[in-house]
Amino acid sequence: MIDSLFAWIDNRFALSRGGRHLLNKIFPDHWSFMIGEIALYSFIVLVATGVFLTLYFIPSAHDVVYNGPYKPLDGQVVSQAFSSTVDLTFSVRAGLLMRQMHHWSANIFVGSICVHLMRVFFTGAFRRPREINWMVGTTLLILAIFNGFLGYSLPDDLISGTGIRIAFSILESLPLVGSYLATFLFGGAFPGNGIIIPRFYVLHVLILPLLIFGLLGAHLGMLVRHKHTQFKGKGAREDNVVGTPLWPAFMAKTTGFLMLITGITALLGALVQINPIWQYGPYVPYKVSYAVQPDWYMGWLDGALRVMPSWEIHFPGHMIPNAFFPAILLPGITFNLIYAWPLLEAMFTGDRAEHHLLDRPRDRPLRTAFGAAVFAFYFVLFGASATDVLAHYLVVSLNYVLTAFRVLCIVVPIVVFPVAYKICKEMQGTPGAGQRKRHNVVVRSADGGYDAVQTAVYPGYELPELEPIPVDEVDLVSAMVDPDPPTEGVYRIPRRYS
Amino acid sequence: MSDVHGGNGAHGGGGSFSVDSPQFAVAARHPGRTEKVTVVCFLVSFAAFAAFGGAFWQNASNEWIGGTLGVGLFFLGAGMVAWGKYLMPRGPFEEPRQLMTTTKEEREVLVGDFVTRGRVAIARRSMLAKTMALASGVFGVVALFPLLRSLGPLPKNSFYTTKWRKGSYLTAVDGRRLHTSDVAVGGAVTVFPEDDIGGALSQTMLIHVKRGVNIVTKPGRETWGPDGFLAFSKVCTHAGCPVGLYEEQTEQLLCPCHQSLFDVNRGAIPIFGPAPRPLAQLPLYIDEAGYLRSQAGYDEPIGPGFWERGGTT
Repeated sequence: MIDSLFAWIDNRFALSRGGRHLLNKIFPDHWSFMIGEIALYSFIVLVATGVFLTLYFIPSAHDVVYNGPYKPLDGQVVSQAFSSTVDLTFSVRAGLLMRQMHHWSANIFVGSICVHLMRVFFTGAFRRPREINWMVGTTLLILAIFNGFLGYSLPDDLISGTGIRIAFSILESLPLVGSYLATFLFGGAFPGNGIIIPRFYVLHVLILPLLIFGLLGAHLGMLVRHKHTQFKGKGAREDNVVGTPLWPAFMAKTTGFLMLITGITALLGALVQINPIWQYGPYVPYKVSYAVQPDWYMGWLDGALRVMPSWEIHFPGHMIPNAFFPAILLPGITFNLIYAWPLLEAMFTGDRAEHHLLDRPRDRPLRTAFGAAVFAFYFVLFGASATDVLAHYLVVSLNYVLTAFRVLCIVVPIVVFPVAYKICKEMQGTPGAGQRKRHNVVVRSADGGYDAVQTAVYPGYELPELEPIPVDEVDLVSAMVDPDPPTEGVYRIPRRYS
Repeated sequence: MSDVHGGNGAHGGGGSFSVDSPQFAVAARHPGRTEKVTVVCFLVSFAAFAAFGGAFWQNASNEWIGGTLGVGLFFLGAGMVAWGKYLMPRGPFEEPRQLMTTTKEEREVLVGDFVTRGRVAIARRSMLAKTMALASGVFGVVALFPLLRSLGPLPKNSFYTTKWRKGSYLTAVDGRRLHTSDVAVGGAVTVFPEDDIGGALSQTMLIHVKRGVNIVTKPGRETWGPDGFLAFSKVCTHAGCPVGLYEEQTEQLLCPCHQSLFDVNRGAIPIFGPAPRPLAQLPLYIDEAGYLRSQAGYDEPIGPGFWERGGTT
């Protein structure tokens, strides 16, 4: 039955020709390659939970009277966007779970993209031929950050509404076109004519997801075309890929990983509260709450807005507002630097060769130190978005905290650079650096000498590094049907392979 | 069957691989034990999914619905990962990789075809190519206009004016006109003009600093602060947040978004934080009945800066 169905399909697509290549596609084994998978799978969770939310959310700024199970808001006039978000949270079965999973996975999505970017950067995986894929990935990061912002702006609660107000001011600060773009997008001066929620909605659920989907396809398509990078190891060369074949081993691992990520997101959604908008209340332009922080991936921008000195540029008839420098110029420089990095590095090093073997970060101390210093700068800005919370927690004046962060912004990168450089250099000279730690046992020999002997990774279990087997040249099926099962009695031959 | 042919030696493999090769062995040290643990994972997952169905059916609490779903997915995933990682041939396997670097000859075949065909096609009908380029070029430019322009109105003077007029009553959010006796010394109230209650741009902080003194924050503002009342736009000059926190003891206004601090007595000049300009001050007077009213609207654009704003105040 299945045979004849497959024959029917195969006679129309000739999948059987060359299909084995796909089954044999090799995925190198290294934990750091899982980070990109986290991003991919949390995108799947985002789409699934997001579709659920669209069934109940109403993107409208119209005023309605909230009547529902959340009594503190009962009878209050709120926007339909806010009211429908509270309704889907409390009155829809599993609604709260889906909302919290969606918000958590958005945070995981952007976070894993950032860590994935660091992995690619520090191991030199962006080098030729992957420069364009690096740029596609950078675009995906920008889109993810934007879409995250749009998403948490939709419920029209007090915190996100303040965020939209700040976004308007940032747009307004653009030289030449700022005030035009701002009134075009919002339908007038802030708060506009109520069109911003529907517009953010269509951007959030349609336009940006489509772009992300398309670029994700391109990202993975290029990955298949180039095949994976790999670390140096036994048998790993520039002209091969060493690892696990797609079917069945990698498929089992990666599908399981999808389930693990979804499961962890579900547990977070079940047990850890996130963005309780009913506690913040609806957005009212003249109200504001204490400790207003955006989602973490906007933190560096918020921090930059805080630590920026109170400068503006004035010239006759025109000006460049303060917000332009931290909120437009800084991200502009940041992302253009990221985009251009593969080309800049090739220019500086003169290395324009094709690379498929990855660098250990310690072997490229300058790049590693530069990257560490730059990331440290953004970590400080991220920390600066919590000046008010820190001042409250440490019971010191807000002014001291802000001044400290202004200093740290400059000092931390300057300190991190030489420290990271020095650590790299030290690691280069240390035997066994980066290897799994093993105990040394001191053994006394028969003639009275002492020797330090390295123990096995696990007692009695030495996993030697094996030569890779060319997957196209072996019959994996017969190999998997082990003709000589291990002596341990309980182990059976996995019959489904025979 | 017992000898699987493979490995051509040249690739560092070293001859043929038999099924006894350690690469084909499973990675688990104790495959039997691993298989049992994996089965337990799947059974836990099964039980959790069944409980999820029940919790959903009963509309149980978020913790139960999400918890059972999460545990089910987690153990399903853990089982699959264990199966793939420990109970399948541990490898490593390798496949060849084609380098992406192409030769000049390879490129010339493709480029040559593309360019020659295109050149011949265009050269034979150059008028067609030119008119087509003209049409599509103009389309590309004019298509931008309706896309952008129909989105919203031009800014015009909307960044320069608010609803405050000469004689506007300072009105609380509940619609009540404010009398001098309504605000005690040290008090601060958000006020609006009567026709724009709750307005995002006309929101204004009324502060009663002290009693019986006319406060002059700046030369030229001699009559703006009658009987110790001062009013400032509540829209921060930094990023537009409501400057909502009045500190009575220091007589300072704090913006909770980015912590800019404004000195009320000196015309709300920024004394700390990123705000670059003072908050706009609303000139007040007290009418015969004792109500607080505005002498005029704001004399400068309120809120954050924009390109056309110009000026230093």
